[in-house]
Amino acid sequence: MTVAINETEIEKKLNEIFPGSVISSEKGSILVDKGSLLKVAEYLKNAPELAFDYLTFVTAVDYLDYFELVYRIVSLKYNHSLIVKTRCSDRENPTAPSLTPVWRAAYYQEREIYDLFGIRFEGHPELKRLLLWEGFKGHPLRRDYL
Amino acid sequence: MPIKTEPFYLNIGPQHPSTHGVFRMRVMLDGEVVVDVEPVIGYLHRGIEKLAEGRTYTQNIIFTDRLDYLSSMTNNLAYCMAVEKLAGIKVPERAEYLRVIFAEVMRISSHLMAVGFFLNDLGAMMTPVLYMWREREKILDLFEMVSGQRLLYNYMRIGGLSQDVPAEFMPAMKKFIAEMPRYVDEYDQLLATNEILLARAKGVGILPRETAIDIGASGPVLRASGVKWDIRKMNPYSIYDRFDFEIPIGQNGDCYDRYWVRMQEIRQSIRIVEQALKQIPDTGPIRADVPLYIRPPKGEAYGYIEAPKGNLGFYIVSDGSIAPYRLHIYPPTLINITALRDMVKGWKVADLIIIFGSIDVVLGEIDR
Repeated sequence: MTVAINETEIEKKLNEIFPGSVISSEKGSILVDKGSLLKVAEYLKNAPELAFDYLTFVTAVDYLDYFELVYRIVSLKYNHSLIVKTRCSDRENPTAPSLTPVWRAAYYQEREIYDLFGIRFEGHPELKRLLLWEGFKGHPLRRDYL
Repeated sequence: MPIKTEPFYLNIGPQHPSTHGVFRMRVMLDGEVVVDVEPVIGYLHRGIEKLAEGRTYTQNIIFTDRLDYLSSMTNNLAYCMAVEKLAGIKVPERAEYLRVIFAEVMRISSHLMAVGFFLNDLGAMMTPVLYMWREREKILDLFEMVSGQRLLYNYMRIGGLSQDVPAEFMPAMKKFIAEMPRYVDEYDQLLATNEILLARAKGVGILPRETAIDIGASGPVLRASGVKWDIRKMNPYSIYDRFDFEIPIGQNGDCYDRYWVRMQEIRQSIRIVEQALKQIPDTGPIRADVPLYIRPPKGEAYGYIEAPKGNLGFYIVSDGSIAPYRLHIYPPTLINITALRDMVKGWKVADLIIIFGSIDVVLGEIDR
């Protein structure tokens, strides 16, 4: 069974190493401050006792007040999983750090989020539209797009 | 004086028989050698994730058929499981067994198509495909018997199945499963040691284990690279913990291993169906008591399965209404084609076609 890792323990641990990085945690997921997302991701991947080497899905949810980015990571070695979330509140020009340098699995998925939600990923090697064509107006998966 | 050369671009697709749909590759070539390839997708984008936000949970099942249209049953299963997880619905025993039987037979059908068209790309024009098609036809007959459809079954429902199987189904399924191992032996006889297949596929398009994990590959592509990771074993959903089966893994991660893993998985699927047919209760409800309009509590759920092509997941966010607030589809083949660039570099154009074929893509799923 893929075990969802204990979120309060990992929150405590991460806040010790990177103070203020984890804002809150709920069942199986942690909410990470956007500024420290890249550092946290690198730590989660490289820490030998966590070894989150496998990123499954990346997606965004539009809650109108903010966008929530959701990352689900799995360790193939220990067979445990964790959901990492982060929020960006700027609607006009939302940005987030790209996790493609950490897990290449994010490459297409971040391009898709950029295409459909308009969130710019800083540090993505090739950020352009994926499904819609260049020149398409708007980002259809936003809740206020008709 | 050296001759000045420069790489040039070749456009393959979107309308090209070897792209298995509307897939476009912008290939940078140095003579006949591939320097780089840029996949261009989106030609079949229908906006399923957006459409789903305006329809009820039950109405969305028909969209899932149209993702990977060669394995509609498993798509139905993944979506229904995600909604059941969100709403806390328990599926009756007989329905769970029927779901497993259909999912595994669907896997056989999907792998038959994958292997058949892989050989087609390799130059064995239509002959192996016709053998595979012969057995797939029997599977389609079985599915037609239960759902009335041959491609887009729309058979599973949230909490179970749309209807019980007809009386003539079980004997027909038993007959098919009893016959199938002989046919797989026949394919092996024709293909496994075929000199042309070995020459064209062995050592071609190697995907190293570390790269496979890094790009998040799943399904036969990941297992061919030597990673023992199958969600049916690692996180047994439904009732997969009751069956005895093995995870075949490849050694080198080349095109031949991806072919080989699929053939072995067909054998394992037959084993699972044999066991399920023995254990299934003869009677019983096939659907839980589910209201007409399902209103899952506020929250989110991620349901995922080992689909024929890899890890298929549905991430659903509910706001307590009759329609999902957000439905995200995590398609295995979109992630698997991330590896295409790494696998084709340095190979010839003809190899590019078979490396792409060995990933086994269905564009309905990539573009959604």
